[in-house]
Order: sequence, then C-alpha cells, then structure tokens
Amino acid sequence: MAEAGQAAVRATRPPVLEIEGLKKHFPIKKGFLRRTHGHVLAVDGVSFTIGEGEALGLVGESGCGKSTVGRAILRLIEPTDGVIRIGGEDIRELSKRELKPFRRQMQIIFQDPYSSLNPRMSAGDIVGEPLSTHGIASGRKREEIVAKLFDRVGLSRAQMANFPHQFSGGQRQRIGIARALALNPKLIICDEPVSALDVSIQAQVINLLMDLQRDLGLSYLFISHNLSVVEHISQRIAVMYLGRIVEYADKTTIFTNPGHPYTEALLSAVPVPDPKIKRSKIVLQGDVPSPVKPPSGCHFHTRCPYAVDRCRSETPLLREIAPRQFVACHLR
Amino acid sequence: MSHSRALQAKPSAAAGGQAKPIDSIAGIAVADPLLTVADLKTYFFTRNGTAKAVDGVSFAIARGETLAIVGESGCGKSMTALSLMRLVADPPGRIVDGEVVLDGVDLLKLPEDEMRAMRGRDISMIFQEPMTSLNPVMTIGRQIGEVLTMHKTMPRDELQKKVVEMLALVRIPEPAQRAKEYPHQLSGGMRQRAMIAMALACSPKVLLADEPTTALDVTIQAQILELIADLQRKLGTAVVLITHDLGVVAEMAQRVIVMYAGRKVEEASAEDLFAGPLHPYTQGLMASIPRLGLMRGESAKTERLQEIPGIVPALYSLPQGCVFAPRCPRADDKCRSEFPPYEEKHSRHWAACWHAGEGKERAHG
Repeated sequence: MAEAGQAAVRATRPPVLEIEGLKKHFPIKKGFLRRTHGHVLAVDGVSFTIGEGEALGLVGESGCGKSTVGRAILRLIEPTDGVIRIGGEDIRELSKRELKPFRRQMQIIFQDPYSSLNPRMSAGDIVGEPLSTHGIASGRKREEIVAKLFDRVGLSRAQMANFPHQFSGGQRQRIGIARALALNPKLIICDEPVSALDVSIQAQVINLLMDLQRDLGLSYLFISHNLSVVEHISQRIAVMYLGRIVEYADKTTIFTNPGHPYTEALLSAVPVPDPKIKRSKIVLQGDVPSPVKPPSGCHFHTRCPYAVDRCRSETPLLREIAPRQFVACHLR
Repeated sequence: MSHSRALQAKPSAAAGGQAKPIDSIAGIAVADPLLTVADLKTYFFTRNGTAKAVDGVSFAIARGETLAIVGESGCGKSMTALSLMRLVADPPGRIVDGEVVLDGVDLLKLPEDEMRAMRGRDISMIFQEPMTSLNPVMTIGRQIGEVLTMHKTMPRDELQKKVVEMLALVRIPEPAQRAKEYPHQLSGGMRQRAMIAMALACSPKVLLADEPTTALDVTIQAQILELIADLQRKLGTAVVLITHDLGVVAEMAQRVIVMYAGRKVEEASAEDLFAGPLHPYTQGLMASIPRLGLMRGESAKTERLQEIPGIVPALYSLPQGCVFAPRCPRADDKCRSEFPPYEEKHSRHWAACWHAGEGKERAHG
C-alpha cells in the first residue's frame, strides 16, 4: 500500500508534510494482567503529501481514523509505524527535545471549543502560552504579539483579559485559531473546526480560515465529515474508510467523477439544500464494521453494492486510475 | 383510532364535542388540519429573568404531511416540540398561553392522566441522542413493549410478536435476537431505529422528530431519513421534523417554518422557501452554507461564504423591536422599535419583516 501510495504523494507545490505508510494500532488490554488481546487498527497504512499553501481535506465517517491521523502527525499519540516528514526530515523517531523545533511548524485546532481551552486561564494567556513555552517572547513583547493575533482573528483587544466562559462558541474557536497562529506555523491541522458551531457562525470561521491561508500562505490538513465544508476549503481530498485511504484526488475529480464506490455513496448521501433536485440515492446498508476485526480483503466489501469474490479475499492497492486520481478498488 | 374517538366524547375534550376550529392562525392555512398550534408561548422563569423560549408560534399540519422547523441552537425549535408533548420541565418552564389542538382535542387543557394516554398513542417524539433517551438497563424489546402495554393490555406472546414486528418494520436485522439486547449493544444508527420503532409502536397520528439524524454519520443519516419517509407513507403519520440542516429540510419537508429567538420568522412551502426566501435571516442562512456545487457541474470557485454578523441574542435580553435587527443588513429605525407583523407576503408565503423580499432575493443554484 505504501509503495502504491508513493506516486500519489506528489503534490504540485513543494511539500510541507509528507507521510508514508502511517500506522497506529491501539492495543486492547484485558484481564488482570492487562495482556494485549488484539489491536484496533485505527490507522492502517496512510500516505499523502501536503504542499505549501495547500489544503488537503481528509474525510470519512466516525471511527475511520481521520482524527487519529491528525494526532499521529503531531505525535500527540505515538504512531506505530510509518514516515512523517516535515520539510524533508523524518520526525517519527525524534526525542521530545529534538521534536520541539518541529512542533513550532505545525499546530492543531480542535473540534470542541468548549473543552479545548483551559477555563482558568484568560484568553490572552491561552494565546500567549505557546510563545512562552518556546521561549519566543515574554512580558510586554508577548502581550503585543497576542494583541496582534487578537486583531488578526477578529477578536477585540479588550477581550484579552476575559476567560473562556465569557466567549461564545464561535469566539472560542477564534481563540483556538489565534493560539495555533502564535508560533507562525506552516501547517495547521484542523480537526473538525466548525462541526460544533451553528450554521451562521460556521461561515464566519470558514471565511477566517480561508483568509488566513491566503494572507499567510498556510497549509491545512482539514479533517471533517462534512463534505460541503471540505469542498469549499480544500484543493485535494483524501477519503478514508476503516483506517485506510480509499480515494485520493483533487476535489473537482472527487466530486464530479468519484472512483471508489464508497466515495460515490458518501457523496450521494449528503442532503442537498435544494428541493428541486431529486437524486437517486445510493443508500448503503448496514453500519461501519469494527476496526478491531476489519473485514478481509477490501474493508468496504461488506457494504459495497458491487462487491465480487476477489474483494473479499484480496486487499486492493491505491492505483492511479486517471491522471492524479488514486483509487483502491479492484473494479476500477 | 377508536381510543381517540372515545376521548373526544369526554367533556374535557374542548368545548362541545366537535372542538371549535381555530379559524385564523398566523400561518399557512391547511385544509382539514390534524394538528393546529395557535399562539404557543413557553416561558422560562429563572433568576436571570424570563426567557421567552417559544413566543407566539402558530402552525397547522395535515395528515401525512412533513413540516420542518429550522433554526439555530436556542431558537426554540426543540422547546416547541416539547411543549406539544407537554414535557417542558416545570419549574422553571411553563406553557403560559396558546392552544395545541390534535384531532379536536386541546392538549394543553387535558388533565395529566389523559395527556399521558395521548403520548405515544396519538403523538410521539424521537430525540437527537438515542443513547441518552433509551433506558440502559432495559432490553430494547421491553422498552418497546412498555409503550404498547401502556395503552392496551395484550397477552405476552402477542406482545412479543408485535415487538419483533416493529423491529422488523424499522429494518433491524435479526429482530427477535435484537429485542433481547440492551441499548449499548447496538450501534448509533440501530439505536435510532429502535427509538423510531418505539415512537411508532402505537401508530401515532403525529411524530415529532427532534434532530433525528444529527448525531449520525451521513450514510446512516440517509438510511434513517429514508426509513422515516417510508414509514410515513405506509402509516400516514404527520411528521414535524426539527433540524438545523437545510439539506435535510429540502429532502424531507413539504413545508418549512424558520424560527429565530423563539419566534417564527418565515413560513412557506419548501420549494418557495428555497427558491426565494423573504426574511433576511433565512436569506443569510441559505447564503452561509457551503454547497456541493462541483457535483452539479459548477466550476470550482472559492468565493467567500456570506456571513451573518454577530451572534444569536440571549433570550433574557431580547432587543426591542425585531429580534433580528441587530444582525440584519436591512434594519432601520422602524425595525429597531417595532416588531414586524406576521403577514402573508406572497400567496402561501409568510414572513415577519418590515422589509421582506427587499434587496437581492437570492435564488440560488
């Protein structure tokens, strides 16, 4: 899979992040002796690249491993295997201290703006903390940088002394974005940044993220289950199912000519806000199987309307079925 | 059916047997309405003041129809549904005014024991999070059976048969086996199916679905929506669908009510509403959602989404005049001082706005 994924990893612009064959297997421990009784194959060989100033959308349903990918890249959880290259250097085996300079280059924004901010710290301290941690600025200078960040994300400087509970959901997400920007990162991993927000607030945050990308040349790994948001913000899209990427292409290709049956079903399941459009839907039967015992062969065969015998026994590799469109399916 | 007839004959069931028809509610009139809600007001009395969670909402719904109530968090859409079920926590909440007439019976005037007899049999509700609304220490089968035995007595084996039948109706595989399982043994989609089975066990006339698919993945959402629509066709249930997702509205509803800060601001058929929203809030909502345009052959463009500035006001301190005025691009002095009347702006298209339909009437697509 990693070998086949190689070709797919070429981004158009010089890469900020390259990952190859990334794996994260969580052990399942049971009993008095906490013996390992198997593994949850949360991420099972994922490869992709993100170029400078590019946004890659990572989509999939709950439990497909998309958030685990985001966290494993930052080494917030330790990956089991694979290569994570930041600016050409593999960071997977680095020690905590060696990792620190790389941490400055990549930051994360979380889904829930309620639980990701320390309720006992003022908004200004939350945003300024990374500056102190990395020894970049302190005192008056730090204050100044934080004030500029507040301007940048559309919060008023007067709110720096306020505590998280005094902000609305959208404003809290802005604090999270300001914190991520504090270290001038090249890459921001956005883990469902707008899923917890109301529709009218979603638009404000999406616009802010796109403005920042344009002005600062940021790259995003945009993790979301919301295909409309991903279409709006990213240039290329990777679709995940049970720990693996099943399709990887630029967004126009994915949305106009999906190659994998799962992508096809996912797209057709999204309700379209226009009553005049009556589409014939592909309604998948059943639920996503457990990643503890994923189905043999192609993980998707249990729900796939086109599955044949080969799908049940042989794992399909990501192949380029059209220029710059990679699909893991035997039938293509 | 026979039960409700009996109930109508009771003196409590509104004045004079055949309940007085509500002749004019502010909203689209429905021929032969099954459920009519008139000027419903649910307030919450707290230390911080009175929150008008539902403030004068009226609508009617016919048999077999799907009416969607859309709005953002805190707009009062769920409170409207809970008020119809008379499940508002009292204190602090109270239904202070209004009528909810179901098939000739004003639910708000019923004594509690008669209301309890109506719930589940005539009107029932499904909730957003099936895990927290199912009893974790009772099997699915017993929970569905409980609804049935609440309303009629039946022999045990017949009850068991009926439960399995219901589970099969909502397309749960191996229904006899699943009936013996507990909620935690089922997946999210499966639990929502069990909830639907429970809600429909007594074939109610009205089903209130409060964000039935919000907690589910898109492929499971598609399954559940299809199921609800299918059962509705089979059983002729009227569905009040409460959601914040305009996509779900467009796929499911014939008619739509848009709520903002406890009030209904617009009502129209789904087609009219999506083709030409009149209220600036509805227009803003529609312009603020990213759309899957590429799928419909539109070229890739990265235009900014339209924002609705500001945030939803706190219900304790609603602004004078139109509640949307502080966020509205068209607001003028009149909007800030006087709440606009709820009027039929076009045929069967109502809105509460002094400047309805002005500016760009955004026909999207």
